[in-house]
Amino acid sequence: MIPFRILRTIRTALKALRRNPMRAALTALGIIIGVAAVIIMMEIGKGSSAAIQRTIASMGANNLLIQPGTAASGGVSFGSGSVMTLTPDDAEAVRRECPAVRAVAPMVRARTQVIYGNRNWVPFFIFGTTPDYLEVREWTSLAAGEMFTDSDIRNASKVCVLGQTLVRELFAGASPMGKEVRVQNVSFRVIGVLTMKGANMMGMDQDDILLAPWTTVKYRVTGTSAQTANQSTSSASGQSSGVSQSVNSLSKLYPGQPSLYPVPSASQQANTPLPVRFTNVDQILTAARSGAEIPLALRQITQVLRERHRLRPGEPDDFNIRDMTEMSTTMSSASKLMANLLLSVALISLVVGGVGIMNIMLVSVTERTREIGLRMAVGARGRDILRQFLIEAVVMCLAGGAIGIVLGQGVSKLITFLLRWPTETSIAAIVSSVVVSAGVGIIFGFYPAWKAARLDPIEALRYE
Amino acid sequence: MNVIELHNICKTYHVGELDVPVLKGITLAVGRGELVALTGASGSGKSTLMNILGCLDRPSSGRYVLDGQDISGLSADDRAHVRNNKIGFVFQNFNLLPRTSALENVILPLTYAAEHLTDHQATGRALQLIERVGLADRAHHEPSQLSGGQQQRVAIARALVNRPSILFADEPTGNLDSRTSREVLSMFEQLNREEGITIILVTHDQEVARHARRAIHISDGVIVDGQFGPGAAP
Repeated sequence: MIPFRILRTIRTALKALRRNPMRAALTALGIIIGVAAVIIMMEIGKGSSAAIQRTIASMGANNLLIQPGTAASGGVSFGSGSVMTLTPDDAEAVRRECPAVRAVAPMVRARTQVIYGNRNWVPFFIFGTTPDYLEVREWTSLAAGEMFTDSDIRNASKVCVLGQTLVRELFAGASPMGKEVRVQNVSFRVIGVLTMKGANMMGMDQDDILLAPWTTVKYRVTGTSAQTANQSTSSASGQSSGVSQSVNSLSKLYPGQPSLYPVPSASQQANTPLPVRFTNVDQILTAARSGAEIPLALRQITQVLRERHRLRPGEPDDFNIRDMTEMSTTMSSASKLMANLLLSVALISLVVGGVGIMNIMLVSVTERTREIGLRMAVGARGRDILRQFLIEAVVMCLAGGAIGIVLGQGVSKLITFLLRWPTETSIAAIVSSVVVSAGVGIIFGFYPAWKAARLDPIEALRYE
Repeated sequence: MNVIELHNICKTYHVGELDVPVLKGITLAVGRGELVALTGASGSGKSTLMNILGCLDRPSSGRYVLDGQDISGLSADDRAHVRNNKIGFVFQNFNLLPRTSALENVILPLTYAAEHLTDHQATGRALQLIERVGLADRAHHEPSQLSGGQQQRVAIARALVNRPSILFADEPTGNLDSRTSREVLSMFEQLNREEGITIILVTHDQEVARHARRAIHISDGVIVDGQFGPGAAP
């Protein structure tokens, strides 16, 4: 009975709106403009914010650096990276099993001289890595040539990609493509040149870099881990490889590969049967899918690595993960600020639209006093009148909202097309503007409707 | 059997600190099927009495029994319900909704009726009444396309659509010329004769009052002529 009555009130309200389409259209115009403004603002804002986030992300804000854990002896810690616990297979497992991780690159570091002709230079970074490194660092375009491939890694090919600073120092303006540079008496053919990236947040020149397949750097250049990978300790690595070669030939996947651990005695092996680690990497660099997914990525990586390293619950991690907290905080505060700014602008425009609706509804109540009196005389209760006017307001707001959404979408597409501003369709903006426009209709429609419902039928009928 | 019984109805308006008595003890009975004219000069309390009879207003004191139901103590919502079910109104200025077809205007009271009617039934009933008032070919015209007499006949159809037991006509011919006035009045007479609807005509025009079988004359808040108390035979 009651819903039926409301249904009829809705029909009455629709008929009343149809009787004066011009007035209804003008009233809805406030909401149309308000909602369209909201949609346009939100879409431009979201597009710009996404662009800003991409920019910050390319600075490495989403990057997570996995490093081996700390070795400690008698309470003396040797600092992060002093044990070798990370393997290329760990990197592979993280890539496979962590959905919050976008890209993974194992890294082998070296610090040594690079020689071309009669010039030499010690680049800040010599990284042995995989082609995914560029994706992790969002450094996808090359100035010339191309990145090495997975098959270069399998073959430990002697190829490299140079950063701009290194190119400038070694080649002095000439093209390095196809030239051979020497790194610790190993010849690398230059197959690509990176684009300029400039200094990072710490002021380190990111273009002072040489990238090569990690297998090449590991087995042909350093021969061991980063801690001993410089020219002065090359004799030490020679020693250790000499020991390992005679003991464990199973771990020799590549020529010149040293054993990672000192060979345990028979009784040691019987007491602590450790799985043999074939090879290690110095670091694994990963990128989370987005700033918001960094904590999730941290959890997933920790879980995968603890499982792979067979760590019992309660045992400390044998690795640690660093995130770029400062940068990701900057990123999230920038986007939060943007969202708040847009929200306040959107609210103001909707309130303006709502006040417009209230004005016209008040005028409409005055203008239709006789109609209200008549409806009351033929049996409408106060609440029937209230409902009718409220529904009229809400219908106008919702219709205005729908048109506003279409208009806003159209304009934002047009802006993208004409001005090449980045915009992004925002479902949240659409949903919230529908909810808000209905809310505006109820809130600003209520006072006029209440005024109408309180009219005295005798006075209303006599109103001229 | 009386449709309307008034027992010592008083109505006093409060203007600032001043009490203005408008109705000073009206006692009246109207039997079912009567055609009554309520006459009086302006300011005599005629409109106030009409508003109380039409359940638009409440008396300050006294008892009003309409169709066997005591009305005097009802809330505004309940009075709306009574207006919808038992009373039809015809106004001097027709009060039709503009830009709305005659048919829609006639259906209007059914919108607020408690009883269940499908759209089809409601339209059928409205069309039947429009035919009854002789406007079958004008059902889809808007008020602006109708003459004054035609508009008033639409208003009569609207007043009858909920099958009320009593019809109030407040100066129904005040805005009509003499020829259409006669038409409308003869329609009232016909409805009263053929359908047995109780009709109360409020007017200051003696010509109009002559169409009624009984004229109640009110002056200065009391009935001076045509009064029949409850229980007295008309």
